[in-house]
Amino acid sequence: MSTRSSRKAARLMLSPSVIVLLVWMIVPLAVTVWYSLLRYNLLRPERTGFIWFRNYTNFVASPAFLSSIVNTLILVVGVLVITVVLGILIALLIDRPIWGQGIVRILVISPFFIMPPVAALIWKNMFMNPTNGLFAEAAKFLGLPPFDFLGHAPLASITLMVAWQWLPFATLILLTALQSMSSEQIEAAEMDGANALNRFWFIVLPHLSRAITVVILIQTIFLLGVFAEILVTTNGGPGTASTTLTFLIYKEALLGFNAGTAAAGGVIAVILANIVAIFLMIAVGRNLDA
Amino acid sequence: MGRITLAGVTKRFGETEVIPPLDLEIADGEFVVFVGPSGCGKSTLLRLIAGLEDVSSGQVSIDGRDMTEAPPAQRGLAMVFQSYALYPHMSVRANIAFPLRMAGMDKAEQARRVEAAAEVLNLTAYLDRRPGQLSGGQRQRVAIGRAIVREPAAFLFDEPLSNLDAALRVGMRLEISELHKRLATTMVYVTHDQVEAMTMADKIVVLQAGRIEQVGSPLDLYHRPQNRFVAGFIGSPRMNFIEGPEAARHGAHVIGIRPEHVVVSQTEGPWKGRVTVTEHLGSDTYYHVHDTGLAEALTVRAPGDGMAAPGDEVWLQPDMDRIHRFDANGARI
Ligand SMILES: Nc1ncnc2c1ncn2[C@@H]1O[C@H](COP(=O)(O)OP(=O)(O)OP(=O)(O)O)[C@@H](O)[C@H]1O
Ligand SMILES: [Mg+2]
Repeated sequence: MSTRSSRKAARLMLSPSVIVLLVWMIVPLAVTVWYSLLRYNLLRPERTGFIWFRNYTNFVASPAFLSSIVNTLILVVGVLVITVVLGILIALLIDRPIWGQGIVRILVISPFFIMPPVAALIWKNMFMNPTNGLFAEAAKFLGLPPFDFLGHAPLASITLMVAWQWLPFATLILLTALQSMSSEQIEAAEMDGANALNRFWFIVLPHLSRAITVVILIQTIFLLGVFAEILVTTNGGPGTASTTLTFLIYKEALLGFNAGTAAAGGVIAVILANIVAIFLMIAVGRNLDA
Repeated sequence: MGRITLAGVTKRFGETEVIPPLDLEIADGEFVVFVGPSGCGKSTLLRLIAGLEDVSSGQVSIDGRDMTEAPPAQRGLAMVFQSYALYPHMSVRANIAFPLRMAGMDKAEQARRVEAAAEVLNLTAYLDRRPGQLSGGQRQRVAIGRAIVREPAAFLFDEPLSNLDAALRVGMRLEISELHKRLATTMVYVTHDQVEAMTMADKIVVLQAGRIEQVGSPLDLYHRPQNRFVAGFIGSPRMNFIEGPEAARHGAHVIGIRPEHVVVSQTEGPWKGRVTVTEHLGSDTYYHVHDTGLAEALTVRAPGDGMAAPGDEVWLQPDMDRIHRFDANGARI
């Protein structure tokens, strides 16, 4: 790709796919932006018209907006912290030669194969249910009053479920990174007098930094859009205690039938996601260079 | 101080015994080289000394203290790995300082020692680079720097030069030898290159299949190999071995004669053969001589301007005082 003609050819070859991708992206975005500027309520088809940014001000001014942003951040950060920390620990564990390694590895990645609504329902009905759930049984066995997870700590419970779902992904990525660690480096550190903790901190963790970056970037993208788990468990409640930005847009569009405001919310979500992405790229993306 | 003693050391991986019981004494300040063919257990032996592998039985002691169970960090040894094993995310400075930092040394002393090591190894200009931005030879020097700052009781090298090109290898060989002269610290050096072994060692340990075949100074091994394996392994090109009636005439099962101890003549000599291949090195010429009726082929050395061409008939005059005789078990007679 160094000569001028080969660069030109490359540009020519690439252009169809770039154009398709661009159209694919631009058209829905343009339609959404267009809707967000209209008075567009599905229940009142007669009242339409261009209203500039009123949808935006309505959406932002609604009391649920700020709490939904905070909830989204708590969910994303909570899941990231849990998956990265536990992911590293589990990866370190299953990287060692242990009996039944194959089975253990399959067990570890299996949550990833369960569809999110199914997983959430299992958590809700089998584990967290305050009368029949396993956690309630365990609490009763210990003589404690059962805890109503989804009623009293809805966001934390959902964070837990989502973290459970994403843990295999983090573990898998971190495990592959761990396996590419040169054993001579570890041995050199051992000779240099580093104890296990120092070896982890100064040698293993820096080696994993790139993989951790990948985990954070990819998970953030998906976690900003978490929806099914909320829908089938708390429906955003109680009140707005577990309503994230995505869920607020859904409520606006399909419970309030207000397409205009929902579109405005969508645009805001896109903008916020981009802000987060830029922050992430600045904060951790430089790990991906070189 | 760096006196290392191995007593009855063995190593098994599962069922396979890689090192049968082995005794070895390495004196303080000695430059000891382990040589042997690939897979003979050189690295394993070094790692046993380092503490990176546990011995299956036997005792490793350093300066008279039993270190068999001690973890690597407590043995006071430093190791230089074949792949250098530098920490890629740290600068050269941080790499060299790492063992000092782990020992909890204060910052000023760390800096002083790193500067001093960098000075010795010509690394001062590179201290703020990452290992990835260095050439192979420079990386090797950083690895050595990381080893010398700790002022260890002994250095362990595992084929440190095998990733370098030939010219650099010769240069680094000299540097390591000079370093040994200056520090006078025990060095244990693993290589499969017998030229490295001959040029650097005070004492060579020849290994085969985990067994020590012979221990001795380079010239000792060259002049008085204890068995056929050592005779064939030390010296380049290899010693010629002759069996059959010619050997029996000397009262041996096999006799060996080095290529440099045979004179090539175009007119006369006790052995006669035909040159098949000539190798001109400039200073010397090596002839591969077939059809002697003694062995498949004999390699002999002639002066650089030797005139025989492939296909020529030549006569060989071995220096009878330099013939090595071995019995049926390969032991020296
Ligand atoms: N972890 C291990 N598990 C099982 N066998 C091993 C292990 N490490 C080494 N071996 C065996 O031990 C023998 C000696 O290996 P070692 O690495 O010491 O050889 P070496 O002399 O260093 O060879 P080279 O010159 O190729 O580096 C080999 O036959 C090897 O297959
Ligand atoms: Mg080796």
